Amino acid sequence: MGQYPEHPTMETNSPSGDKVSPPRLPHGNGKRGIEDFPVAPEEPYLQARGITKRFGRSNALRDVSFQADKGEFLCVLGPSGCGKTTLLRIIAGLEKQDAGSVHLRGEDFSNVPVSKRNVGIVFQSYALFPNLTAAQNIAYGLRIRSRRRASIQDRVESLLRLMGLSGFGSKFPAQLSGGQQQRVALARAMALSPHLLLLDEPLSALDAQVRLMLRGEVKQLQRRLNITTLMVTHDQEEALTMADRILVMEGGEVVQIGTPMEIYEKPATPFVASFVGSMNFMGRALKETHRVYRLGEIRLHVSRGDHVTQGSHATIAIRPEDIVVNRISHSQNSLSTKVVSLEFRGPLYRATLSLPLGAAEQCLLQADIPTEKIRRFGISENGQLDVELPSDRIHVYAA
Amino acid sequence: MDLDRLIKGGLIVLVCLWMTVAVVFPVLELLVRSLSNAQGEFTGLANFSRYFRTPALAGSLTNSLTVSLITTMVSVSLGFLFAYALTRTAIPGKTLFLGIAMVPVFAPTLLNGIVLVYLFGKKGVVTTGAFGLLERVTGMALRADIGLYGPVGIILAEAFYTFPQVVLILSIALRMTDARLYEAAQSLGASPWRSFISVTLPGIRYGLISAVFVSFVLCFTDFGAPKVVGGNYNVLATDIYKQVIGQQNFSMGATVSVILLIPTVIAFAIDRFCQGRQQAVVGTGSVPYSPRRHPLRDALFLTYCIVISCAVLCFLTTAFFVSLVNVWPYDFTLTWKHYHFHDTGGGGYAAFFNSVRMSFYTALLGTCLTFGSAYLLEKLQETPLLRRIGYFLSIIPLALPGLVIGLAYIFFFNNPHLDLPFFPAGIPNPFNFLYGTMGILILCNIVHFYTVSFLTATTALKQLEKELEMVSESMGVPFYRTCFRVTVPVCLPAILEIALYYFVNSMATVSAVIFLYSAEIPLASVAVANMDDAGDVAPAAAMSMLIVFTNILVRLVYTLLTRSLKQSAQAWTAP
Ligand SMILES: Nc1ncnc2c1ncn2[C@@H]1O[C@H](COP(=O)(O)OP(=O)(O)OP(=O)(O)O)[C@@H](O)[C@H]1O
Ligand SMILES: [Mg+2]
Repeated sequence: MGQYPEHPTMETNSPSGDKVSPPRLPHGNGKRGIEDFPVAPEEPYLQARGITKRFGRSNALRDVSFQADKGEFLCVLGPSGCGKTTLLRIIAGLEKQDAGSVHLRGEDFSNVPVSKRNVGIVFQSYALFPNLTAAQNIAYGLRIRSRRRASIQDRVESLLRLMGLSGFGSKFPAQLSGGQQQRVALARAMALSPHLLLLDEPLSALDAQVRLMLRGEVKQLQRRLNITTLMVTHDQEEALTMADRILVMEGGEVVQIGTPMEIYEKPATPFVASFVGSMNFMGRALKETHRVYRLGEIRLHVSRGDHVTQGSHATIAIRPEDIVVNRISHSQNSLSTKVVSLEFRGPLYRATLSLPLGAAEQCLLQADIPTEKIRRFGISENGQLDVELPSDRIHVYAA
Repeated sequence: MDLDRLIKGGLIVLVCLWMTVAVVFPVLELLVRSLSNAQGEFTGLANFSRYFRTPALAGSLTNSLTVSLITTMVSVSLGFLFAYALTRTAIPGKTLFLGIAMVPVFAPTLLNGIVLVYLFGKKGVVTTGAFGLLERVTGMALRADIGLYGPVGIILAEAFYTFPQVVLILSIALRMTDARLYEAAQSLGASPWRSFISVTLPGIRYGLISAVFVSFVLCFTDFGAPKVVGGNYNVLATDIYKQVIGQQNFSMGATVSVILLIPTVIAFAIDRFCQGRQQAVVGTGSVPYSPRRHPLRDALFLTYCIVISCAVLCFLTTAFFVSLVNVWPYDFTLTWKHYHFHDTGGGGYAAFFNSVRMSFYTALLGTCLTFGSAYLLEKLQETPLLRRIGYFLSIIPLALPGLVIGLAYIFFFNNPHLDLPFFPAGIPNPFNFLYGTMGILILCNIVHFYTVSFLTATTALKQLEKELEMVSESMGVPFYRTCFRVTVPVCLPAILEIALYYFVNSMATVSAVIFLYSAEIPLASVAVANMDDAGDVAPAAAMSMLIVFTNILVRLVYTLLTRSLKQSAQAWTAP
């Protein structure tokens, strides 16, 4: 850690916004070791401590820790191959970690087999039993608990209704659409009222519209049943819209945990910044004085980045939508740019701006400008454009 | 550890154990015997050097290689044309042609020899010009002696025997080629011949190699046909038989077996390698080829298919006719008397029903054992190393010829003591009781036909996602429940196919059981060999026909079963 600076605001305001938060205790300051509280009543619902997993020589997971409260919706977000599925499988008990432990309600679950963990799992491929009807699929786990036939039927009926599948109970998976199949898989996972719902890219096999619809439905259902959920995805939009908190992973490590807002507003590392949303990295800037950086011949005022020592370098970054277009502006960080190209995107234009930094140097900036402003200011390609980079929207990463 | 894991681990250990007892121990015993003299003393390579110093014996190796190579060339060429017609032309009646081409699978190879004798033997129809009839009618000397006894006869019989296998392998390979390649070749202006050379052949090269080796091995290790039409032309397979049954020289039998085993194992290894490559060739998203009409080509291939089918049917009719004729070639009145088996050896109907019983049990137990083992090795996650060993052991039987298995089983199961390393005195052989029972026949058949069945089961199991097991495990449902409720029903077509394969082959096989049957348990296919030996050729043909008809009947039952199965499963297999 410590490779990238943390934002001071994050340190003070939200412990959960840290890159790797120490085990978060509701009443603790986050600095004391978890060993001091073996089984506290305020213990988080789900807790993973220092999980490490190797496949042969490669490290699939390295010291992954996080926790979730009862009823929380946690998304694990990261690029392909970063270890998301492996983490989920370890939480489920389908895979054994090399080091670290999984705790549920303060109880160490590390050696409990998957069959005793009471987790509901939904896979990307649905994994429905092809020769059983939707109702039989949902009832599959119920039958083993030797409940009465009638009560099983009631439960299946209510689950079908809950998932909007009434009337489809007697259909086989092959006779259902992708979205319906995924709903059956969800209902089946919910049937045993699991302590934990684990979803591995549950929506990625569906087409865009169905995916959007199911996103809302899954989230609503999860809220209603107040079921602690861990969902793996590599779709940042999915994570931002559905999660209570997002756990961003890179190369087998957790790089940031936080609410969608925190992740988006205060990405802890350049990787998170570019993986969630888009970000302009403006290059190496020299810290001149307190909160003032020099980039080529321009000076930028920032309201963060106190951790960078004076006289050293840092990467300055800003999101395209944070660049403000002002016709007449006298504020800080006002800059003159040239419009290189304009790309129409409906409600806004993605403009590529060229910002001169010195005699020969220049830097390209992407800016999202509302269509209405483009019209009002008559912005066109190859024209001049004055923009402002608000000091509180600028991110600073120690180089 | 929890109980579930313990059970799973234990089951996998069991799979490896039974394969070890049924395959590894007997083969090791055979290897040890080939290095020992008749008294059981270790003599190193003495047997082998004696073998190669005896011209009468050493000549067999060359003979075996020669006939196998020629047979392979013949049957792969004929089979390729046939498979090509079935997959790449627009001729009618493809299913019928394929069905007819498969008929030789149902018969013991001895029958191929017998029929050849009646057609081309000294008193054969062709050799005598239909007993002089043609000469009398046409006035010309229409007769031909092809010199059947010896290599010619063996090659004819074996080509007939290996033809169906070649057709199966090649039509699968031809069917898998991607149509898009042909479209590409066409759009580049390639002539049909050019696209055949540059697209078709490369596309099926692994299938072709596989067909070559399968037909080579089948022919190299078969003993039924050479026994009947071989004459004085010795081959390895008949040598083993003569050494063991004729001279009771078991050590030399073991030695010849090992010599037989070496090319077989090499061919097996190459074939395995090619099979792996063939699977890699078919990418996802390949488009199946659907042949267009082409009058001249289709007419030629249709003629070819009709000729081949007629030959097969003619073979079968001749066999049936032979079994019905009163006294060949003097009295052609038809009679059922050869089906009474009154004054012949071999065991008659007792032998036939023993064979049916044996095949039934082989199908039943073999299918359970094969599918169960394949399931455990494929679907469980426990003990990956042991599972890999189990998989390897399951592939080995494919390299073992029936005669070798039979002889190895005599050595292993007849031995009252297990000779283990570090136990000079040995321990009592706990499997000795099987010797001379129906049990050893069944086990021998299961092992003989294990690998093909195992691969069928594995392929079917692979088509079910492995997440199904994880989901049911997460719901606390024990794995065996999911196996019986989901896996078995979904794999039922493959299970039936395995059962059919076991039954049909157990009915027809001679090589694996000829060393193992006992006087109390005569078998139909062995009876064919013995009656033929004793000169009762018509009853031998009659017994063969009983085997063929039984197999065709079972095959029909199988077809009906799968059809009704397909119907009842239609709802959930619909795309
Ligand atoms: N059973 C295994 N054996 C060996 N390596 C594995 C195994 N499972 C996963 N890995 C490796 O561990 C790393 C993490 O894999 P994982 O499946 O967890 O990634 P992921 O984040 O889920 O990726 P994706 O988004 O593509 O599903 C990968 O490099 C993968 O190759
Ligand atoms: Mg994954």
